[in-house]
Amino acid sequence: MYRYDEFDHTLVNERVVQFRDQVRRRVAGDLTEDEFKPLRLMNGLYLQLHAYMLRVAIPYGVLSADQMRRLAHVARVYDKGYGHFTTRQNIQYNWPLLEEVPDILDELAQVEMHAIQTSGNCIRNVTADQFAGVAADEIDDPRVYAEIIRQWSTLHPEFSFLPRKFKIAITGAPNDRAAVKVHDIGLRMVRNEAGEPGFEVIVGGGQGRTPMIGHVVRGFLPVPHLLTYLEAVLRVYNLLGRRDNLYKARIKILVHQTGVEEFTCLVEEEFELMARETPQVLPGGELARIRAYFQPPAYRALSPVSDVLATALGRDDGFARWHQTSVAAHKQPGYAIVTISLKPIGGVPGDATADEMGVVADLAERYSFSEIRVSHEQNLVLPDVALDDLPQVWRELEAAGLATPNVGLVTDIIACPGLDYCNLANARSIPIAQEISHRFADLDRQHDIGELKLKISGCINACGHHHVGHIGILGVDKKGVEHYQVTLGGDASETAAVGDIVGPAFSGDAVSDAVETVIGVYLGQRQASERFVDTYRRIGLKPFKEKLYGAR
Amino acid sequence: MASKVVTANRLLDGAVVYMAPEGRWTECLVKAFVGSDEDSGSMMAMAERSVADRLVVTPYPIDVEEGPQGLVPSHIKEVIRATGPTVRLDLGKQAGDVCGEHHVSL
Repeated sequence: MYRYDEFDHTLVNERVVQFRDQVRRRVAGDLTEDEFKPLRLMNGLYLQLHAYMLRVAIPYGVLSADQMRRLAHVARVYDKGYGHFTTRQNIQYNWPLLEEVPDILDELAQVEMHAIQTSGNCIRNVTADQFAGVAADEIDDPRVYAEIIRQWSTLHPEFSFLPRKFKIAITGAPNDRAAVKVHDIGLRMVRNEAGEPGFEVIVGGGQGRTPMIGHVVRGFLPVPHLLTYLEAVLRVYNLLGRRDNLYKARIKILVHQTGVEEFTCLVEEEFELMARETPQVLPGGELARIRAYFQPPAYRALSPVSDVLATALGRDDGFARWHQTSVAAHKQPGYAIVTISLKPIGGVPGDATADEMGVVADLAERYSFSEIRVSHEQNLVLPDVALDDLPQVWRELEAAGLATPNVGLVTDIIACPGLDYCNLANARSIPIAQEISHRFADLDRQHDIGELKLKISGCINACGHHHVGHIGILGVDKKGVEHYQVTLGGDASETAAVGDIVGPAFSGDAVSDAVETVIGVYLGQRQASERFVDTYRRIGLKPFKEKLYGAR
Repeated sequence: MASKVVTANRLLDGAVVYMAPEGRWTECLVKAFVGSDEDSGSMMAMAERSVADRLVVTPYPIDVEEGPQGLVPSHIKEVIRATGPTVRLDLGKQAGDVCGEHHVSL
């Protein structure tokens, strides 16, 4: 993985010193809250319902075991013993003290971490496929490009005060695990007719108040032009994006109002102009330097078939169940990718205690070349586990309560912090997730239902990605009472779609019944091995709506 | 007509606080100063002095009602602020002694 050079260390350490002084001046009265707020937000420090909240960046979701241990240490020493992994592959601490935040940032800087680009109208922390570099279906490793984008975008003077926040996601695989079509810019690696890798550039996707699927503005962008093209997109946005209305300031609105064709022309013109004035390409040497950080670890030459694994699968149903949902194909023979569910039945989606973080760090060190990933679905990943080691990894996860075999199933729920923590929320998300999780706890039933992406947001900002859930749940405030609007048919993958609102919102105590009804319709109507979303696409909203509201 | 209490977050730790008589601040809602709609302006003016003194940030008035257990906020968001996360009863005000004998106001 990437290691800081002298420049990175200096930048992050200087930021810690700056913020320490800013906190001192705030407490001493030399800065008002109005002056201090933008400064704290530039360092990921929000003020939430009960306390400050510190959002720490995990660039493209990649962590070392040492970094995970430091995150655990911060949770233990400076917070209340846990952290919350978010849908942007970051981690949030819910209870830091203002005057201790510079100490936390100092601790993080020692392990090459920070909280820059986790707030504000800048290019936010770049997100990526959590299986980057190890996925069997990958064209190229997106971490290389994510790191280049990180270096280019960090404190970029031209793009530090954009009309609104700006999110870039990247995947190197045709199977999109990074939801690239619902980002301001989505990058999907493709090959041209000559077999060379490049990027499909998707612009103007997003969720929030006005959900939109992004549009392809470039079918194939040669790798060397990556930054120039991103810069062209951002320049057009920076010049023409609306700054008069917070709700119309994202690039998706600009693309929508300008029209995809016209917007694409503007970007291409800017790109041509930049290329003509100062021909800019990624220097080959620099690309190679960054790529060198992402060389595969020292894999052993292993058989693609493991007798140890086969024996364990035949002997232990619990292990087989876990293996079925939690283990994905690896590009290296004899290895597998393990997803660790942070969705225990009745738990808080994405929360991990300091002890659990420690267990994952230890497992990564012993079984996965000391590397960990965070997924936007709020789970953790051990990317490089030998097939022979899978039974032992499972035993240790099981002992730590981290082996819930529900990855990709109905209880693998994305949920934002909602009104239990968040100042923007209209309704609670977590208790709804917990109730649905309990309702569908039975594993046989979960497996019978099959792949189902259920996503819950506590407000229209959609941090819980409800718009792209196969079943989406949105918390709304109806005259001071929490209600929940249900959407169906959303999809965050390469076949992205925004879900359809099924009808009037449900009260909090009726929403899990509604989910049960929806799933009942699916089970009654599905053909062969159709997933929920396949059945929905075939039969449409009507049968679900009739069953949910027919009696009304 | 709704009764009003002024709430804010404490500067140093962000904890939820309520304005008590004489412009002091308390973590305990039942010890808050309760005014009427008409009092909101003067209550906020007093709160702003505490902002200037760097005790609290972002004060605002909330509606409260007298319930069987004492004063409660009218809106669910303020109920959660006054108690803590409903999914972690071991955290927030509900886990401590904010209204008990060990309570110390600002």
